[in-house]
Amino acid sequence: MNKSGLIETLSKKEGLTEKKAIDIVNLIFKGFTDELKKGGRIEIRGLGSFVVRDYQAYTGRNPKTGKNIKVAPKKLPFFKVGKELKERVDGKK
Amino acid sequence: MTKIDIIQDVYEKLGFSKKDSARIVESVFDIMKDSLTRGEKIKVSGFGNFLVKEKKSRRGRNPQTGTEIEITARKVLTFKSSQVLRKALNG
Repeated sequence: MNKSGLIETLSKKEGLTEKKAIDIVNLIFKGFTDELKKGGRIEIRGLGSFVVRDYQAYTGRNPKTGKNIKVAPKKLPFFKVGKELKERVDGKK
Repeated sequence: MTKIDIIQDVYEKLGFSKKDSARIVESVFDIMKDSLTRGEKIKVSGFGNFLVKEKKSRRGRNPQTGTEIEITARKVLTFKSSQVLRKALNG
């Protein structure tokens, strides 16, 4: 399922126009992105949580050429699945 | 940020009642959860992909006692962030 599939399913399920469904889905993911940009944390009960992790600079290696390269410090988003969804996905519950 | 903040955002910006905003936001996450439970992946362009991966069973160790145990085969949900999101965070 991609974003348009999500939009279509939402519009059918909730009886919304496609335009409204697009606005809602975009608003949610724009909100997520903005929050993570601020370095904030997102917690959606039943789904999971998103945090931004800081990674320090390190010297890596280009596996093709074997050359050392400096990797700059970076921030990466990290998702932790919620307990309920974790169990559902695994099909144990 | 929690669901309440998202509901508030939908209510303020899109003109739904509070009650409808709450139901619709819940619905979006329900659709995502149902899809993932069926083992389907979800691709959200500009944000990232949610993907269910099959893990094989493997031998592990209880780090406290050192006893070998079998870690059973399982399905786990992973998230791969999009380039766009990673760029936004490091911009």
